[in-house]
Amino acid sequence: MTKFLFKHRFLIARRIIQISLMLLYVGGNIWGWMILQGNLSASLFLKAIPLSDPFAALQMFFAGAVISANIIVGAFIVTLFYFAVGGRVFCSWVCPVNIITDMANYLRRKLGLNQIEKKQPASRNMRYYVLVLSLILSYIFGVTAFELVSPISVTHRGIIFGLGFGWAMMLVIFLFDLLILKNGWCGYICPLGGFYSVVGKFSLIRVNHDEPKCTVCMKCKEVCPESQVLWMVGKQSLQVLSGECTNCGRCVEVCDDDALNFSLRTQIGDKK
Amino acid sequence: MISDRRKFILGSARAVGLMALGGLVWSAYIDEATASKLLLRPPGALSENDFLKTCIKCGMCVEACPYETLVLATPGDNKPLGTPFFEPRKVPCYMCPDIPCVPVCPSGALDIKSVSKNDKLDIDMAKMGLAVIDAKNCIAFWGIQCDACYRACPLLDKAIYLEYSKNERTGKHAFLKPVVDSDFCTGCGLCERACVTKKAAIFVLPREIALGEVGGHYVKGWEKADESQVDSSKSQITTTKISKEKPVDSLNDMKGLLDD
Repeated sequence: MTKFLFKHRFLIARRIIQISLMLLYVGGNIWGWMILQGNLSASLFLKAIPLSDPFAALQMFFAGAVISANIIVGAFIVTLFYFAVGGRVFCSWVCPVNIITDMANYLRRKLGLNQIEKKQPASRNMRYYVLVLSLILSYIFGVTAFELVSPISVTHRGIIFGLGFGWAMMLVIFLFDLLILKNGWCGYICPLGGFYSVVGKFSLIRVNHDEPKCTVCMKCKEVCPESQVLWMVGKQSLQVLSGECTNCGRCVEVCDDDALNFSLRTQIGDKK
Repeated sequence: MISDRRKFILGSARAVGLMALGGLVWSAYIDEATASKLLLRPPGALSENDFLKTCIKCGMCVEACPYETLVLATPGDNKPLGTPFFEPRKVPCYMCPDIPCVPVCPSGALDIKSVSKNDKLDIDMAKMGLAVIDAKNCIAFWGIQCDACYRACPLLDKAIYLEYSKNERTGKHAFLKPVVDSDFCTGCGLCERACVTKKAAIFVLPREIALGEVGGHYVKGWEKADESQVDSSKSQITTTKISKEKPVDSLNDMKGLLDD
């Protein structure tokens, strides 16, 4: 039992944080808790500190909105936080869609779907194209384009304020990730993930690979939702410096040889 | 041989194609989702176009609303996703004097200034919509005394007043017809909620839809404020040159007829 807990320590921590954040928001809406009000798009922390989604603010800017000081400060705080801890920490530690896509990924592994289709027929750069596209469409239509379709917003808003037909969107993402493309939504399409990949490019907390300890079992690559960032595994002792790493810690806990661990950044650029 | 160059060209073409396809579907959806103008926004909301730009969809106005009037659009509502709106027949706006929904807005999509008078919040300034009466299905227009909407109105005798007229059909009764004054109506929808007919005969529509527009060239000469529009305008006398020929001459003018 302790071994199981130890082997899933980051997964459990992530779920606790994801769920308690959602609970705080739900409490803010239903029971009037004053800890976190609003939702992941914009919220008020402890009745004083504004927080807002920097990507939504960016779309507002492109849409031509007059952006209030409140939103600017909130977006700045959030950006600064993720700039320090790793942009895509949002993806694996906060975003509720992560629970859905992780579940699809888990099922994929258990059902052996990864063995049937080893190579994914898509480019991970797609998310940057979607990112640019959402800014272009925001500019053309004068609305926050991604916010109008975002399954992330639909999910967290649904949890906090009521779902409507939002469950269909969640189901589609689940099936897409399960049957069509491994890690399809989070790893290929989501422009918010793309945005945070850029934000977290120089973050302080990084996974470190200790090559001499590695037995090249490749369990880490099997579980990693962004396996391209682990290119150095079994080759070189290096830190995982790609901004696309979500700092989820799956590789750290799955490694039986203590060859992967969280560490503080020691170098600036990715060598690859 | 498949060169890197060919791969690169194919990759780029694919990316462009996918972007175009995605963009097309995406813009079709945005166009559709933002086309619905028949929705009522919280007090102090900017004009619909600016509102869609500015609202960050955080739901803090919804949390602040004590009556659960405001809701966020979910998939299936056919409204721009995540934006706040209300349906008065279900739950109208009860016009809280402290307007809790507006100051909490972090993005300024709900504008405090538009619901303030002399720097103090005043919900009577709100312009969420405008009540419209379907006179054919309003029983007060049939001659039945109802006045449910009139009594429900928070700005009674201002936003809705009763017009008395003789009921010629019976010869001895009066019509008590409700009339909405768009200068005062806030669009709270308490009248729509109170209406006794099966489907409300008085209902709130967005002001852009319910109101006409006269245009600048009509000036009410009998109103000082309106008349001031023309104060700065200057009159100009123009003269048209009058032809010296007699009108009859034009009949005898053979020019151009017999030339050939």
